[in-house]
Amino acid sequence: MNLLHLTLTEQAVFVLAALVLFTSFALLAQARLLAAVHAFAWQGALVAAATALMAAAGGESHLYLSAALTLGLKAILIPWMLHRLIRRLALERHVESMTHPALVTMAGAAIVIFCYWVVLPIARLELAATRNILAISLSVVLLGLLMMVARRQAVSQVIGFMSMENGLFLAAVAATSGMPLVVELGVAFDVLVAAVLFGVFFLQIRDSIDSLDVDRLNRLTETELEAAEQEGER
Amino acid sequence: MNALLLTVFTPAVGAVLLALLPSLPLAGWLNILLSTLSLAGAVGLALDVLAGGPFTTANFHIDAFNVYLVVLTAFIGVTTSIFSRPYMRHVCDSGRVTHRHMRLYHAMFQGFMFTMLLALTTDNLGVMWVAVEGATLATVLLVSLYRTPEAVEAAWKYFILCGVGIAQALFGTVLLYFAAQHALADPASGLTWTVLYAHAGELHPTVMSIAFVFLLVGYGTKVGLVPLHNWLPDAHSEGPTPMSAVLSGLLLNVALYAVVRLKMLTDGALAGGDDAQLAGHLMMGFGLVSFLVAGLFLHRQRDIKRMFSYSSIEHMGLITFAFGIGGPLATFGALLHMLVHSLTKSAIFVTVGHATHIAGTQTIDHIRGLIRTQPAVGWGLLLGVVAIAGFPPFGVFTSEFLLLSATMQSWPWLTVALLVGLAVAFAGLFRHLHPMVYGARPEGQIPVSANMLPVMLHLGLVLWLGLSIPDFLSRWLDQATQLIAGSHLL
Repeated sequence: MNLLHLTLTEQAVFVLAALVLFTSFALLAQARLLAAVHAFAWQGALVAAATALMAAAGGESHLYLSAALTLGLKAILIPWMLHRLIRRLALERHVESMTHPALVTMAGAAIVIFCYWVVLPIARLELAATRNILAISLSVVLLGLLMMVARRQAVSQVIGFMSMENGLFLAAVAATSGMPLVVELGVAFDVLVAAVLFGVFFLQIRDSIDSLDVDRLNRLTETELEAAEQEGER
Repeated sequence: MNALLLTVFTPAVGAVLLALLPSLPLAGWLNILLSTLSLAGAVGLALDVLAGGPFTTANFHIDAFNVYLVVLTAFIGVTTSIFSRPYMRHVCDSGRVTHRHMRLYHAMFQGFMFTMLLALTTDNLGVMWVAVEGATLATVLLVSLYRTPEAVEAAWKYFILCGVGIAQALFGTVLLYFAAQHALADPASGLTWTVLYAHAGELHPTVMSIAFVFLLVGYGTKVGLVPLHNWLPDAHSEGPTPMSAVLSGLLLNVALYAVVRLKMLTDGALAGGDDAQLAGHLMMGFGLVSFLVAGLFLHRQRDIKRMFSYSSIEHMGLITFAFGIGGPLATFGALLHMLVHSLTKSAIFVTVGHATHIAGTQTIDHIRGLIRTQPAVGWGLLLGVVAIAGFPPFGVFTSEFLLLSATMQSWPWLTVALLVGLAVAFAGLFRHLHPMVYGARPEGQIPVSANMLPVMLHLGLVLWLGLSIPDFLSRWLDQATQLIAGSHLL
C-alpha cells in the first residue's frame, strides 16, 4: 500500500496510531506508577483524537460521541481515579523493580511483528485503507497483556488491562468506523465498572497481604506439597 | 414478547430493589420471589415458542437453541435462591459476612441472572459480549465476599484472567463486524446475529477464521477450557456456595452458547473452502485437552469445591469437543449434556454447601461420615456424584452415550481417549467420595438444617431425562440441532 495515496486525514490517523503504539512501549518500560498513569492518560487522549479525526474524515456523527466518551473515560476519569488511589495507598514514590526490562521490551517488539503477521491475510485483501491500524491495535492489546504478565504491582497490572481496552477501542474505530452505539455504551459502562471494582480490590488486596505485590498472592496452587504446608500454617 | 421482557428484566429491577432493601430476612424471600417471576416469564416464553415457533424482535432473538437454555437458567436461578436463603443466613449468623455484604450478595445474585438471560436472548453479538463481561463484574465481588486472603486472591485472578480473555473476544467481535461491513448492504446491522446468519456465506473466510480464533480464546476462558481455566477452580472454591452453583451451572453454559453461535457463523463463512472444519477442529482440540487434563486433576484435589469445579471443566471440555465434531448426533448429545450437566452440577454444589457446613471445612480429608451424620446430605452427594460420573439411569449417561456413539461414527480412534478420560474422572471422583460419605463419623458432628428440595428436584429431573426425554423437549433439541448442525436427528 502506498502511503502517498492516502488523504491527509488518513495519514494523520496513522501518525496518531503510531503514537498510541509508542505510548504502549512507554507504559511497558515505565517503572514509576504516577508516570505510568500519565502515559496511560496520553494514550487515551491519542485514541480519542484518532476517533475524532475519523469522525471528521467520514462525516459520521456518532463517532464524535465515541471520541468524547473515550476522552472522558480513558484520558480523564480513569487516570484521575488511579491517581487518587495511588495517593490514598501512599504509592507516589513507589518505583517498581522490574525483572529483565530489556527482555520485556524485546518481547514487545516481537509482539508487534507477530501482530503484523497475524493481520497479513487481512491486509492483503485491500478491504480498507486503515487496515494497518488493525495490526497496531492488536499490538496495543497484546502489549497490555505483556505488561500484565511482566509486572507484579497490582496498579501496573490494571494500567496494562486498561491499555488493552484502548487497543480494542482503536481497533473498533479504525477497522469498522465504530461499533453500534448501544455496544459502545455498553463497553464503556463495563470499563467504568471494572475501574471502580479495581479500586475496591486494591484496598482488599492491601488489607489481606499488606502490599500490592501480586506475586505474594500465591496461596491457591495446585502443588500438593505447598497445599500441605499451607494447611500446617492454618 | 411480554413474557420475554418479564424473564429478562425482572432480575434487573430486582438487583436495584435488593440493593436498596435493608432487611436481611426479607431480602432472602424477595430473591426467591424475583427468581420465580423470572422463571414464570421463561415458561411463558417457552409456551410461546412451542405454539408459534421462533421469533425475532428489534433487539431479541428467540429460537429453539436459546429458549431451553433460558428456561434452564431461570429454573436453576429459582432453586439456587431457595437454597441460598437459609445457607447465607447461616453464613451471616456465623459472622463471616456483614449485613452490608449480604445486601451486595443478593443484589449481585439478581444482577448476575440478568446478565445471563440478556446474553442468551439478545440478537446483538456486541450486547452479548457486554453481558458476558457484565457477568464477571457482577460476580467478582461475590467471590471475595468472605475477605480471606484466599478469597481475595481468587477474585483477583478471576477478574484479571477473565478480563484479559474477554478482551480477546471483543477483538474477535470487532473483526467479525469488520467482515460484516464488507458483506452486508446495511453495515449498521453488522452485529445482529440473525442478519449475519442469513448472510454467513458472504462473510470473508480469512477474516472470519482469524476472528473465530480470538472469539474462541475469549469466550473459551469463560468456559474454562484448558489452558485458560486457572481462574475457575479458585473462583468456585473461594466464593459462597450458591455462587459456585450458578457459576458452574449457568455461566459456563452461556459462554459456550456464545462460542457455538459464533461457530455457526464461521462454519457458514468457511463452507466449501479448504479448511471448512477449522472452527470444529479447534473446538475439538481445546475440548479434548480440557476433558483429559481436568480428569487427571480431579485426583489430586484436597478441597471438595475445587474437585467439583475440575469436574465442571471436564464436562465443559466434553461438550465443546462434541460441538466441534458437529453432525446431528454429536450436537444433539452436546445440547442434552449441557442440560443434564447444569442440573446435576448445581445439585452437587448445593449438597456440598450443606456438607461443608456439617464438617465446618472444605478440606476433603476432614469431611467424613456424612451418611451417618445426616443421611439426606450423604445420599444427595452420593447420588449426585453417581449421576455426574455417568451412571445409568441418569441423564448424563444418555448424553455421554450419544456423544460416544457420535465419536465412534466420525473419529473412531478418539473414542478410546474419551473412554480413558471418563474412567480416569470416575476414579478421581469416587476415591474422594467414598470416605466422605461412608467414612467413620468424627466426634461431635451434628446435622445442620438443610433444605434438600432443590437437590431432589434437580436429580429427579436428571433421572427423568435419563429414562425418557419428554416429546416437546426432544423436538426442541432436534430443532436446535437442525439450526447448529444443519440437519435433523430425529
